[in-house]
Amino acid sequence: MTTTEPAPPVDGALGAASDEERPIGFGNLRRKEDPRLIRGMGHFVDDVQLPGMLHLAILRSPMAHAKIVSIDKSAAEAHPKVVAVITGEDLAAQGLAWMPTLSNDVQAVLATDKVRFQHQEVAFVVAEDRYSARDALELIEVDYEWIDPVVDVRKTMDPETPIIRDDLEGKTDNHIFDWETGDEAATKAVFDNADVVVKEEIIYPRVHPAPMETCGAVADVERVSGQLTLWCTTQAPHAHRTVYALVAGLPEHKIRVIAPDIGGGFGNKVPIYPGYVCAIVASLVIGKPVKWMEDRTENLVSTGFARDYVMEAEIAATKEGKIQAIRTNVLADHGAFNGVAAPTKYPAGFFGVFTGSYDIDAAYCKMQAVYTNKAPGGVAYACSFRITEAVYLVERIVDCLAYELEMDPAELRLKNFIQPEQFPYESKTGWVYDSGNYEPAMRKAMDMAGYEELRREQAEKRERGELMGIGISFFTEAVGAGPRKDMDILGLGMADGCELRIHPTGKAVVRLSVKTQGQGHETTFAQIISEETGIPPEDIDVIHGDTDNTPFGLGTYGSRSTPVSGAAAALVARKVRDKAQIIASGMLEASVADLQWDKGSFSVAGDPEKSVTIQDIAMKAHGAGDLPEGLEGGLEAQICYNPDNLTYPFGAYICVVDIDPGTAVVKVRRFIAVDDCGTQINPMIIEGQVHGGLADGVGMAMMEMISFDEDGNCLGGSLMDYLIPTALETPDWETGHTVTPSPHHPIGAKGVGESATVGSPPAVVNAIVDALKPYGIRHADMPLTPSRVWETMQGNHTPPI
Amino acid sequence: MQVNMTINGAEVSEEIEPRHLLVHFLRDQVGLTGTHWGCDTSNCGTCVVLIDGEPVKSCTTLAAMAGGHEVTTVEGLEQDGVLDPVQEGFMQCHGLQCGFCTPGMMLTARALLNNNPNPSEGVIREAISGQICRCTGYSTIVRSIQWAANHESAVTIGSSS
Repeated sequence: MTTTEPAPPVDGALGAASDEERPIGFGNLRRKEDPRLIRGMGHFVDDVQLPGMLHLAILRSPMAHAKIVSIDKSAAEAHPKVVAVITGEDLAAQGLAWMPTLSNDVQAVLATDKVRFQHQEVAFVVAEDRYSARDALELIEVDYEWIDPVVDVRKTMDPETPIIRDDLEGKTDNHIFDWETGDEAATKAVFDNADVVVKEEIIYPRVHPAPMETCGAVADVERVSGQLTLWCTTQAPHAHRTVYALVAGLPEHKIRVIAPDIGGGFGNKVPIYPGYVCAIVASLVIGKPVKWMEDRTENLVSTGFARDYVMEAEIAATKEGKIQAIRTNVLADHGAFNGVAAPTKYPAGFFGVFTGSYDIDAAYCKMQAVYTNKAPGGVAYACSFRITEAVYLVERIVDCLAYELEMDPAELRLKNFIQPEQFPYESKTGWVYDSGNYEPAMRKAMDMAGYEELRREQAEKRERGELMGIGISFFTEAVGAGPRKDMDILGLGMADGCELRIHPTGKAVVRLSVKTQGQGHETTFAQIISEETGIPPEDIDVIHGDTDNTPFGLGTYGSRSTPVSGAAAALVARKVRDKAQIIASGMLEASVADLQWDKGSFSVAGDPEKSVTIQDIAMKAHGAGDLPEGLEGGLEAQICYNPDNLTYPFGAYICVVDIDPGTAVVKVRRFIAVDDCGTQINPMIIEGQVHGGLADGVGMAMMEMISFDEDGNCLGGSLMDYLIPTALETPDWETGHTVTPSPHHPIGAKGVGESATVGSPPAVVNAIVDALKPYGIRHADMPLTPSRVWETMQGNHTPPI
Repeated sequence: MQVNMTINGAEVSEEIEPRHLLVHFLRDQVGLTGTHWGCDTSNCGTCVVLIDGEPVKSCTTLAAMAGGHEVTTVEGLEQDGVLDPVQEGFMQCHGLQCGFCTPGMMLTARALLNNNPNPSEGVIREAISGQICRCTGYSTIVRSIQWAANHESAVTIGSSS
């Protein structure tokens, strides 16, 4: 069932409840994280200061592809404040020069034979202070021998192209994998008989998550016990700990990974970076704590990028606009090492959901992934494991179809939606959409936008030669990885643990395996426990980001916290409540079956005066006197939750732009977003997540791109070159929601952290292309900067890659 | 070299290298880690502090340049246990998520409201346009500052007047 009632009234804000109106459970609640953060009392990795701590800095390659002939570190070692200078050769002697990536490839910690992307790690210096460490980098002499870099993704498989990964035995080309999904023959049959076929090459350029806090770590190895404590900017502390144990041979119980406050992640803080390993090695060798904190350039040029797909898209339809099939051929640029962080069976992530929100007859995707001389990565920037690319593909090609059919893009989408009675719906590529009701969300967005009026305004403006565009995107996501029968990363199943302990006085502590990077877990998880137990959120402490003090689980990315750990939290609370009910039956001298639960207390059915609160029960569970027979004392439980399926949030987005015909500057005038993420735990936080993702969409559509010159030099190496939207490029977002609960999630919730980042780029691009319709433009590739829009208007649009 | 300045009302006198950046001086030497380091190029603004009431990017300011001046960091916004309305506004209006850009945003907001107690939305957006937030999409930051403007008491923190 879908409900569309408006959000609760707001107080000039997104609806944070005042102190007097705090919800017991779900609702708008001010965040528990905020009091420390607004005082500057957050505790981020770079805030960690330990006695005797040394500082590590990394020397990086100036070339994209070059043989390392020699390294002379003597001058650096002679620097009075330098403690150690380590090269790849030094690491190789310990068997530590290479490490596995999250995709079963290997990546150099420090280059030994050759460098494979500009700014690759070549050596590191450990010194007494930050500045001296960087001074000493200048004193290291490296002699490189140039090799032609492989930059153009379309030429990677040409016979004369240099082989990047000659470290891999028997490797004779730059190929990584081929992958396909769907039914090729059935799809061809539909295309061969279709009234209308539209083709377009659609490029999703390389972009970067660029969280405000860069990546870094402080490693502290205690010499006698061998205990390693690692403070680290990681979204997945448990997965990292296990990988360190498997790779470095450190016993897992001697590793404690602490992810303190994290200044944004967006997938950038999922991989294990060479810098983390360098810090651990340095502390191990030197016996003192070592801090590595990258600067902004290092973050942009060497850490997990996103996208970089060249997609040939085709759509087949009847002349009335019934979509029949979608087919795509994708060339994926994975950089120099395959560092994609996706479940093992899904080398292209969840790109398979490219059939979108539409009920079609056939679909097929073929993909080839290749190495280039660029930084590794690929799955990041709130992409939901490549669903950003999938949604962009389908929402762009549907608009191309609307253009050819001369149909309204809203009408075309409404005509093709999967219908509510078809859920659970199995797509032609095998994804089982759990629940959905698309038309109400679409209609609500159109109502909020005043869609008909906007089209009238556009028609009038076109008469006057003004450029106004209206862009629509309707997305369905697949988030909450995932069922362990299908999903693992490096062999680790994607289930999540959760522990709940109720103290004698009725206060509680819940321990999570996931880790917030700004999503507000300390608030929402307290609300989930509160909803299930009736304990007020302020009485519930949420512990996360510390492997010694939380149960195992795979961390926070791919919008998986609420779908997986949120379910674990609800179920662990129910487990505690079941025990509380038995204790209550003893206290009330009634049978368990005769008790009724009223958020926070059990009472005897038909005799509401006879009741005990959860706090009374907690004291009884720990107190004197007998408990019902067979029951142990205490009131706590733990669980490991394995989801049945992913959850499928969806949304309807409408963007309105104006373009100055004289300068080609695009102004995003309005952006309307209607999201459905099922049951809402904290609407204020959901709205906030949506807002952030919408800004990402404006950024990617209009300014963000990591590009390279023909020599493989990265051209997006600072925030002067890699442009991120500010308050001036973004409008005041207009948001709404519908609620279609997930049928398999204990509280009906779906993930939402990435919905807007996934859904908004096509809305912005569709709006800009729509504005350019008078120029006969059907497609233009991101980023649509003023110069690229101008070229498009002049008929000189070129792909960004 | 010796540098003397007032930080959040307290006299500070420290030995520094002439090349030390103010952001590192505040964080590593004075121990005020609420000021963050984000980009080195004056683009992101997470390092913003007030010098004599004016927002300044401390990643491109030498500590020596702050000598003889009054520096206000995020730690100086709360006075005698009372939050600045800007801090209160950010909590009320969900103006922060990861909290990394927040100190700089709040200090710019404080300087703005000291000079213009009732700024329009456009003026607020202009004022924070030298700063980047990756989480909020800015609308809630704008609302937070509007909330502060509507709940302003006689706060003059960081004001040079």
